[in-house]
Amino acid sequence: MPENVTIEVNGSQLPVAAGMSVATALFQAGEFRFRVSATGQPRAALCGMGICFECRVTIDGQANCRSCQILVRDGMVICTS
Amino acid sequence: MNEVDVLVIGAGPAGMAAATSAQESGARVAMVDDNWSAGGQIWRGIHDSCTRIPAGVRTLWGTQVVARGTSEHTLLLEDSKQAVEVAFDKLILATGARELYLPFPGWTLPGVMGAGGLQALVKSGLGIHGKSVVIAGSGPLLLAVAAYLRKAGARIKLIAEQATTKAVSSFAFHMVRYPQKMRQAAALKLSLHGVPYLRSCWVEATEGEGRLRSVRLRQGRKSWTEDCDYAGIGYGLYPNSELACLLGCRLRANAIEVNEWQRTSVDGVFAAGECTGIGGVDLSLLEGAIAGYAACGDTGRASRLFGKRSHAKRFAGALGRAFRLREELRTLPRPETIICRCEDVLYEKLQQMSSFRAAKLHTRCGMGPCQARICGVATAFLFGWRTDSVRPPILPARAASLAIRKEFQREADLKVLP
Repeated sequence: MPENVTIEVNGSQLPVAAGMSVATALFQAGEFRFRVSATGQPRAALCGMGICFECRVTIDGQANCRSCQILVRDGMVICTS
Repeated sequence: MNEVDVLVIGAGPAGMAAATSAQESGARVAMVDDNWSAGGQIWRGIHDSCTRIPAGVRTLWGTQVVARGTSEHTLLLEDSKQAVEVAFDKLILATGARELYLPFPGWTLPGVMGAGGLQALVKSGLGIHGKSVVIAGSGPLLLAVAAYLRKAGARIKLIAEQATTKAVSSFAFHMVRYPQKMRQAAALKLSLHGVPYLRSCWVEATEGEGRLRSVRLRQGRKSWTEDCDYAGIGYGLYPNSELACLLGCRLRANAIEVNEWQRTSVDGVFAAGECTGIGGVDLSLLEGAIAGYAACGDTGRASRLFGKRSHAKRFAGALGRAFRLREELRTLPRPETIICRCEDVLYEKLQQMSSFRAAKLHTRCGMGPCQARICGVATAFLFGWRTDSVRPPILPARAASLAIRKEFQREADLKVLP
């Protein structure tokens, strides 16, 4: 069994496997709106490798973090927009 | 100031090989990568001898290159907490490649990802078991991704390859000269048994409210819809050359131009792997090793690998020819299709523009955080535009990181003047 950590996504506690990227954890939790685009459309990860910036979320208060490039940490607070 | 003999940017196969051979030649080596571990995209999440860092090589993970440093032979780097300038005697660029994405109606819908992008998420733990997936685009990567996802329990509905059957067959014929690749291809074929591999076929549009529900496919006159949970769509790979451009290295056919020693047009700067042209992992390893030896002046060991490199390069040539993108893909965007995903710039707005520069000035196309990495390549294909010169910072960076560089302080001062 992989070790579990707990993250907070938009106010809800979520147990996830350690070693996941934040983007993976969001999809896994059924969250398909990572951010809202310039004209109000929902967007989520596209490239999975830090190039496209579509997967930006707020992590521990810091806006515009590329969720595909950051691993989940116990107690991490994630906000999608 | 941090100082090394050889600084390697990118820890994929080419970067790893470069760091290893430079270390072997006695240099003090540091390796930088914006991911959290070695291996690059191809070896992501693999922990074995491929991704073992040679002892003594300094590594900076989760670190990106932002700009040149204050003085010659320095670069400004940033991680999640701080910025640092690193000085080097020789620089080896092993910045790899990204997937090439072409716009079509619905390509911005959550759940539509790159083929490699989807694989990266599954490698990072995305549960794909029982999910239905359509894989589309072009190139051998589609087969590798489909096989990987299927092994993870995904239901692969089909693989849509835009190239013709004839082109794919001629590529397969070239592979006869590469026994190891033949074995890999045979294994892929076996693991994809029963999955339709459609040639001259592509995704025309996707549908769904807030997330992907179905894709519409086209093959000749036939058009139909497939329901799916995820789509992985990638039209091959494109070299990451932004840092090279910033440093003034000459490009050729969108890739960094290098000579036989993997030296770029800029003194002291070498490049290896996919950023010098798409050629696969075997070529990347050889180019990386040659760059590492050559950067340390070890021409003897470098030149011993030239023969193997030529052999691997011929494979790269066949790859490029077989999976050339077809004209019909240019006609997929509708007037209201978004082309620049950062700034939500529509196709109809770009149709009125004469160049990428004009598009930037009038529509903000390419001015968002990805800095035209996605739409620059797309508009090059759609309109034949050339993207502008690269400017620092080459990726969004914190103001505090830029502030450690004196020139930026001056620029910042100028900007607040009335």
